[in-house]
Amino acid sequence: MIKFSLKSALAGVAVAALMASSAMAEKRVLKYNADFDPIPLAAFEALIADFEAANPDVDVQLTNFDHEGYKTAIRNFLTADSPDLANWYAGNRMAPFVNSGQFMDVSDVWEANNLKEELASSLDGMTMDGKQWGIPYTYYQWGVYYNKEVYAKVGVSEPKNWDEFVSNCEKFSAAGIDCLTTGTKALWPGAGIFDYINLRTNGYQFHMDLANGKVPWTDDKVKATFANWAKIVPYITKNHAAIDWQDANALLAQGKAANFVIGNFAVGELKKAGMTNDTLGFLQFPEITAGVPRAEEAPTDTIHIPAGAKNVDDAKKFLAFVASADVQTKLNAALGQLPTNSKSTAADDPFIQAGFKTVSTAQGVAQFFDRDAPAEMAKIGMEGFQQFMVQPEKVDEILERLEKARQRIYK
Amino acid sequence: MAHTADDMMARPAGKSWWRTNQRRLAPWLFLAPGVFMFMLYVIYPIISSIWLSFYDWDGLGAKTWLGLDNYRELFADDNFYTSLWNNVIWLVFFMLAVPAGLFMAIFLNQTVTGIRIYKSLFFFPFVISQVVVGLIFSWFYAPNFGLLYKLIEWATGTGIAFLAEPQYVTYALVAAGLWPQIAYCMILYLTGLNNVSPDQVEAARLDGAKGWKMLWFVILPQLRPATFIAIVVTVIGALRSFDIVSIMTDGGPFGSSRVLSFYMYEQALSEYGYRMGYGAAIAVILFAIMMVFITGFIWKMVRDESGV
Repeated sequence: MIKFSLKSALAGVAVAALMASSAMAEKRVLKYNADFDPIPLAAFEALIADFEAANPDVDVQLTNFDHEGYKTAIRNFLTADSPDLANWYAGNRMAPFVNSGQFMDVSDVWEANNLKEELASSLDGMTMDGKQWGIPYTYYQWGVYYNKEVYAKVGVSEPKNWDEFVSNCEKFSAAGIDCLTTGTKALWPGAGIFDYINLRTNGYQFHMDLANGKVPWTDDKVKATFANWAKIVPYITKNHAAIDWQDANALLAQGKAANFVIGNFAVGELKKAGMTNDTLGFLQFPEITAGVPRAEEAPTDTIHIPAGAKNVDDAKKFLAFVASADVQTKLNAALGQLPTNSKSTAADDPFIQAGFKTVSTAQGVAQFFDRDAPAEMAKIGMEGFQQFMVQPEKVDEILERLEKARQRIYK
Repeated sequence: MAHTADDMMARPAGKSWWRTNQRRLAPWLFLAPGVFMFMLYVIYPIISSIWLSFYDWDGLGAKTWLGLDNYRELFADDNFYTSLWNNVIWLVFFMLAVPAGLFMAIFLNQTVTGIRIYKSLFFFPFVISQVVVGLIFSWFYAPNFGLLYKLIEWATGTGIAFLAEPQYVTYALVAAGLWPQIAYCMILYLTGLNNVSPDQVEAARLDGAKGWKMLWFVILPQLRPATFIAIVVTVIGALRSFDIVSIMTDGGPFGSSRVLSFYMYEQALSEYGYRMGYGAAIAVILFAIMMVFITGFIWKMVRDESGV
């Protein structure tokens, strides 16, 4: 992976150098390091062009990294050769950089642009020590994506609650179809399943307390979550530990699997694999414990100013630009995701509209297990989730291990 | 360059300090650039890793002194023992590359038209990058469409996804690693076979030696230098088996295919790894294991050179 990231980084540098040499000498340079996949990259190139048109004296130099490689590269460039802007994620995921003083406090940008009101839904995720450390530009819902044709073939309807979901699974299994698919080679897709079952079993507050290390993993409520999970483990795609989420996409598109718990970013890929608005459906994750207020999973992507930034004024101008309602409307239409600004409008697409409705009416919004929990706990936890889906009989051993890790990590 | 009178007085008859010590100093001067590099890029990192292993450090903020806590935790860490055990599996089964390479070399050590082409084809796996080897083998093992998976499915009715099975995964990785390593050992033995003296083979033949006896008592003793090198590179290759693990499984499923080098990377540098101190402690243990082998090899080399 490192190889790829280096290559794309070099390509990015080359492009940036070309752009710089053609730009006029008196322009102020704004260096921006990012980790965009092809579709978001195109969307951001358009956004940067708009920003440069509005600020003709600023030259934004975008260096795009490979998505996975970026996660380790950021630690090097923040300390060694800091850009003026850098992409990252909300929640506990930014804690190492905030605590070590690598990110700049941008509370003044929030104050000056009335963002505490306009970006209210993301305020929590961007706040640490009472200050804001970046700007959210997009988020996307997670949920159950399902193959309508398979549902019709087996003759089941959308499940209203967990019992219906489980009994549907038995029918899919009888027809030789995986009820739920996932690909946990990269671990994180499995955490989506855990998050939802825990949110639906125990509610938002308990889930966040667990992610923040305030409740033991051996708590009865956690065991209840795993007991609910165990009901569907036999119906999850075998060998999920050896495949990626892209492979699971293929299983859903080919009708070999009925449901897939994944984020909305998969829709583009699923459509490329031949699914359409008529065959692909979106479900809110079904209710488990009756009466638990519905909370959703909606990870937020963010932009930050590194502490070592040289052009802070223009960087703040850029953040304010990205945060504004119209810019977010246009950007997220191109991204196929939800704008974080409440005054923006979501694009006219059934999945985005469904997601917008789902998230905006939720009682709580979780970021995702690997962003809500500290990095170490996230890694150990996600390994435990993967193991549980392979060896459900070892649940006690897994929970003991997570509890041991919790006592060490949250000191 | 004319010398001044003072100079002549201080160092009579050209017997300068440099002149008298020249013979003793010259070797050190020639060694100096190498020694400097070795200190900077080998010795210094080793010492600073050991030093770091006594700290708790996330790589960004301030360091906190822990003393031996990292090691205490390490010795109570199941993942560490899994990785250590996998290292043992790698060491033992990677050794298959040596006999396999030998037999392939003997097989290819003949004069047939186009033998050079066959030799280079057999050597090919060593030329391509480990990353590519890893990718090829992950497709080979892949569930649903992989060749091996399909073959097993055809033969037994249910396919086995080796990379998803905690009890098989490390063996599957070693098999992938063996492919290029066998080619490497083969090349070492092929060059060794060139130096086998035809007289001795002839003499042995006259005495009635053939087949296994010929190989064991006549050929193999002459191949001893090649065997030594083959074992050295295979041991080191097994201990630093990082790329295959990283590409094919990322240490998974749930950490069952980790080796020490990968666990170190994961703890210190990977996406979720912010524990430089703990990673350094793993590195120190791995270094200690390697030192056992390296000392053994060096001891043997010194003994051979002094002709005992």
